[in-house]
Amino acid sequence: MTLRFDIPEENFADILVKAFTNRSFLTGFVITALVAAVAIVSFFWTPFDVTRLIIADKTQAPSPAHWFGTDHFGRDIFSMIMVGARNSIAVALVAVGIGMGVGVPLGALAAARGGVVDEAVMRLNDLVFAFPALLSAIMITAIFGPGALNAIVAIGIFNIPVFARVARAGALAIWPREFILAARAAGKGKALITIEHVLPNIVTLLLVQGTIQFALGILAEAGLSYVGLGTQPPMPSWGRMLFDAQTRMGMAPWMAIFPGMAIVVTVLGLNLLGDGIADILDPKSRRQR
Amino acid sequence: MTAYLLKRLAIALITLVLASMVVFAVLEIIPGDPARLMLGMNASADQVELLRNQMGLNAPLAARYLHWAGGLLSLDFGRSYTYSVPVIDLVRERIVVSLPLALIALALSTIIAIPVGLFSVGRHGRAGDTIAMGAAQLGVAVPNFWFALMLIYLFAVWLRLVPAGGFPGWSAGVWPALKSLVLPAIALALPQAAILARVTRSALIEVLNEDYIRTARAKGLPYRAVLWRHALRNAMIPVLTILGLQFAFLLAGTIIIENVFYLPGLGRLVFQAITQRDLIVVESVVMLLVAAVIAVNLLVDLSYAVVDPRLRSRQ
Repeated sequence: MTLRFDIPEENFADILVKAFTNRSFLTGFVITALVAAVAIVSFFWTPFDVTRLIIADKTQAPSPAHWFGTDHFGRDIFSMIMVGARNSIAVALVAVGIGMGVGVPLGALAAARGGVVDEAVMRLNDLVFAFPALLSAIMITAIFGPGALNAIVAIGIFNIPVFARVARAGALAIWPREFILAARAAGKGKALITIEHVLPNIVTLLLVQGTIQFALGILAEAGLSYVGLGTQPPMPSWGRMLFDAQTRMGMAPWMAIFPGMAIVVTVLGLNLLGDGIADILDPKSRRQR
Repeated sequence: MTAYLLKRLAIALITLVLASMVVFAVLEIIPGDPARLMLGMNASADQVELLRNQMGLNAPLAARYLHWAGGLLSLDFGRSYTYSVPVIDLVRERIVVSLPLALIALALSTIIAIPVGLFSVGRHGRAGDTIAMGAAQLGVAVPNFWFALMLIYLFAVWLRLVPAGGFPGWSAGVWPALKSLVLPAIALALPQAAILARVTRSALIEVLNEDYIRTARAKGLPYRAVLWRHALRNAMIPVLTILGLQFAFLLAGTIIIENVFYLPGLGRLVFQAITQRDLIVVESVVMLLVAAVIAVNLLVDLSYAVVDPRLRSRQ
């Protein structure tokens, strides 16, 4: 998607009104809040205990008792999806954190220093981009051992160049502005200017990219867990549930349908939220609609 | 223009060399001795040492890197530890599955996405646009392996139109082979098409706001002609960029889909090689895929010049 770098000068109340009249933002916000709420509730309560295996109840079709049916161990799929939400969000969130934490300083540095530093950061970016992300993530988790932690690191590494690029592009658009010139005239150094003036002005850009990477992280985690390299059983995860469902598609399709829908809804919500934020804060894209 | 191309070429080569060092280094630090793995747990230390010498594993690091990298350049990838055949043979055997799959998926994605993008722009802001972009938004959110499972359920388990998985090989005839690639290709193509349709739409909208479009309309050209002759061509740059990225993604990204459908492709080869610690296969195939990604990106850069004559004259 194309990101623009104009910062509208509006107060918070204006933005809030705009946000809640923006269809994309509102839908995305509601879905994301709902998924987050489900994840939080799962810490205290789920309809059924996801660690108890009740073989007598195995592969039951959806019913009033088990809304989404049960899996091959008799576990309630709805409860597993609730706990899985927690897991997906945690992995994707930390992966975004790694990407931002390393990528944004790198990008900001490249923009502030220019020249050789800039060139070096950009070539490093090219290098990471040359590696097929999913394949490399599989390689990393397979080599260093499967599990949620290594999955986070593997996904996080590929978030770094994305944020570096966005931060650099955003910062480069800010540096020629008058207020930066004023700050330099006031004797501030490049590091201080970056922290006080550049970063606050690219926060929204990073936020939009953050929601996109968050959504991609959830997809990647599901993919890794599906091939058995992400979250390990007995901790329920959406990808793992789909793996378990694959060989039982014929007799228990609900085992595959609902975890997949959980992924789709979550990713859809995050993408809508990101589109919404970009719309609200970017006058040019709004004019185009 | 020449300077631009030379710079792109130089960057591509540097990236390639750096990537090869990263791959070599990563596989160097991981635990597990290939010689021990090949001989099994009962082999004596002497036997292992002998094999290590034969395999050249005891040579200095730099020498091994140069030997490996030199081999790659002459398409000599070494021998697989587990299959005991040249890696290049394994690659040749698998690429005839992965490459056609990626190409079919890419073609499908383009065939779906460009018309949807055009349709959406034609009905900009109206119901048709909203529905098409809503569908695209949904398509972006669907994990391709889940979509694959749903396709298997619908077309293989329920309707029994196509096989649920496996690959008969091209020797079994073109049709049976193609038939087993249909579902994987659709599963790969649809989420890609959703992204491409969104990019096509926004690129077209951007171009349609340009002055030269107004001029073309003002001189009396019908909307259709403007859309095809002026807008689409100018909107091709972002579309080509995404297409390049998608092709690169498809070459390597089929790894999970190949697992869903039990297709003997490159992705599955790497996946199995990783779990069997067949490192020579892993490093060779990963390097091959990285080289492919770099080459595709370079080609995309070159294609800009073909699509956009302004870039050609720029110094």
